[in-house]
Amino acid sequence: MSTQTYRPLYQRPRSLSPVRNSYCPGCHHGIIHRLLAELIDELQIQERAVIVAPVGCSVLAYNFFEIDAIQAAHGRAPAVATGIKRVHPEMVVITYQGDGDLAAIGTAEIVHAANRGERITTVFVNNANFGMTGGQMAPTTLIGQKTETTPEGRDPLRNGFPIRVAEMIASLTGPAYVARVAVYTPPLVAKARNSIKKALLAQIEGRGFGFVEILSTCPTNWGLTPLQATKWLEENMVPYYPLAEFVGGPQA
Amino acid sequence: MKKVVINEDYCKGCELCVSVCPLHVLALSSRLNTQGYHPAELIDEEKCNNCTFCARICPDAAIEVYKPVPVSAGGEKKN
Amino acid sequence: MKGTEACAEAAIKAGCRYFFGYPITPQNEVASYMSKRMPEVSGVYLQGESELASINMVMGASAAGARAMTSSSSPGISLMQEGISYMVGCQLPGVIVNFVRGGPGLGGIGPAQSDYLQATKGGGHGDYNLVVLGPSSIQELVDLMKDAFEIADRYRNPVLILADGIIGQMMEAVQFKFEIDPTGLPDKTWALDGAKGRTKRLINSLDLVPERLEQHNWNLQAKFAQAAQTEVRWEEFLLDDAETVLVCFGTVARIAKKAIENARQKGIKVGMIRPISLWPFPQTPFQKVMAGAKRFLVVEMNAGQMLQDVRLAVCCQRPIRFSGKPGGTTFNPEMIEKLIWDLEEEGSR
Repeated sequence: MSTQTYRPLYQRPRSLSPVRNSYCPGCHHGIIHRLLAELIDELQIQERAVIVAPVGCSVLAYNFFEIDAIQAAHGRAPAVATGIKRVHPEMVVITYQGDGDLAAIGTAEIVHAANRGERITTVFVNNANFGMTGGQMAPTTLIGQKTETTPEGRDPLRNGFPIRVAEMIASLTGPAYVARVAVYTPPLVAKARNSIKKALLAQIEGRGFGFVEILSTCPTNWGLTPLQATKWLEENMVPYYPLAEFVGGPQA
Repeated sequence: MKKVVINEDYCKGCELCVSVCPLHVLALSSRLNTQGYHPAELIDEEKCNNCTFCARICPDAAIEVYKPVPVSAGGEKKN
Repeated sequence: MKGTEACAEAAIKAGCRYFFGYPITPQNEVASYMSKRMPEVSGVYLQGESELASINMVMGASAAGARAMTSSSSPGISLMQEGISYMVGCQLPGVIVNFVRGGPGLGGIGPAQSDYLQATKGGGHGDYNLVVLGPSSIQELVDLMKDAFEIADRYRNPVLILADGIIGQMMEAVQFKFEIDPTGLPDKTWALDGAKGRTKRLINSLDLVPERLEQHNWNLQAKFAQAAQTEVRWEEFLLDDAETVLVCFGTVARIAKKAIENARQKGIKVGMIRPISLWPFPQTPFQKVMAGAKRFLVVEMNAGQMLQDVRLAVCCQRPIRFSGKPGGTTFNPEMIEKLIWDLEEEGSR
């Protein structure tokens, strides 16, 4: 008679809190949270990491990681992170921000933290709308995209053009790693994981500011199912927001 | 224990795992969990090849993947 | 030393090793001084990209357990209000120094006291109070800086020093009677320094459950009530037999003292209550002096702000006269003396 034993191939990361997360079904925040937790485990930084949560859908991020956390004012996470890092340079300070938080109200803070080469890591979740508040236009909303505040579709004459944040950050000298990734297929998830790891290592190895922009779905506000949202992202966002390593990659 | 263990309480029935599975061994069940979602379930364990795509796309970290390691009665390990 | 520089040195002597600020007249010397001095004491001077960024950097440094401060002037302090409210909600210490200038808007660079209400009645959103201290000399500013950091740590709440452009820009002899080593300060058991060997910590002001947020508010109020007991400060000047009682704070009080001395020499029974803590506003000296006082005279460099607190303290028991100078103009002793004379004449008619 044979007894069946099993070898684990994938288990829930220890640094991800043992609770249900509050994100919508299929929201990519969940995937990104999971990747971050996997890396906190792998890099063994649970005891010296701190996450700075933004205002937005991920305001409750502090509930989902087994590390120290602080909730910052809208857009100001990079400044709060700077304050923490200057006091405790040995800590791994991570800001986790959405596109309203980082690219609208927080543009000054992210540009200057990046410019100072602040040894922090920013995870920027770009889902082309202000999610928490019901889907208003964000700086990253695409031309023609219908949102709560652009019911006819974003018109550049009235509202300007979508901002390519990763490219903007990459134009500065302070960053040691800048990339844009996506997580809508398992191979892309693996690449995203690798990019976030490089961004964390840029901090851990003291080389400079690390930044990863992650294109994400927002099924609820896009009015699509999670699977339809994935398709929409691939067809509409990826052409405008190219996936690449802009700084610190092998070819960069 | 199964090759794919899904925490039905965390699952939100988003179907991302169902759609990325290359062998189509996952599907939403007809059960409802405490949150009112239909959780995903493994419908053909035999066919599953342990690729872990499902676990790696799950936004709720609800999926764990295990590889069977059969051990015979004589102590011989077969992978 | 110049007031702004003395302020900076006092902070360092009080154990502060983190300064985040943005240039604004009339307090730019604080930043320049800090940029040279902080590296000397292995501290951090960082020019933030705005006052918004600066107050949030203070918040981060404070959350990490350090004594941190910023300084600015009126328009910049306006920008900091959200950050201050966040720090109160998160229960974080910190020291903010406002070298008040004429307003509103961009205003002018002359000295003023027109941020009294902003400082003492909130300024930021939510139910809260800051301990607000109003020095009237550079020496007092220096001494209050030490108190400010201690009060902030003890109550886990920001403290605001309400100075003005005069104190900032003038030069006086000053003594530093304290020197605190920040490494010798007690550990902050709530600070974020990495969850090593302990459960994770959270610094947060969000609570979506109204009943819990209500309780949090009452807890904060209890804290403020305690501070209202322990942190009240004032000076009494020639009050014993005063019939006319001036109420002034900051540099105006200093100018008023000269006027009061002159008036006293001419036989007028006049004295002054000088609140040093603007919040909590001192009630006791008003009760003490009410029996003998015939009238109060409030003199401030604004259009009538501390006046509101004086009205509350006097509670309609005596008439209150007000004279103000908003926008950056100042009083001199002769002006105040004339006010005292005019009141004396009216009283004797």
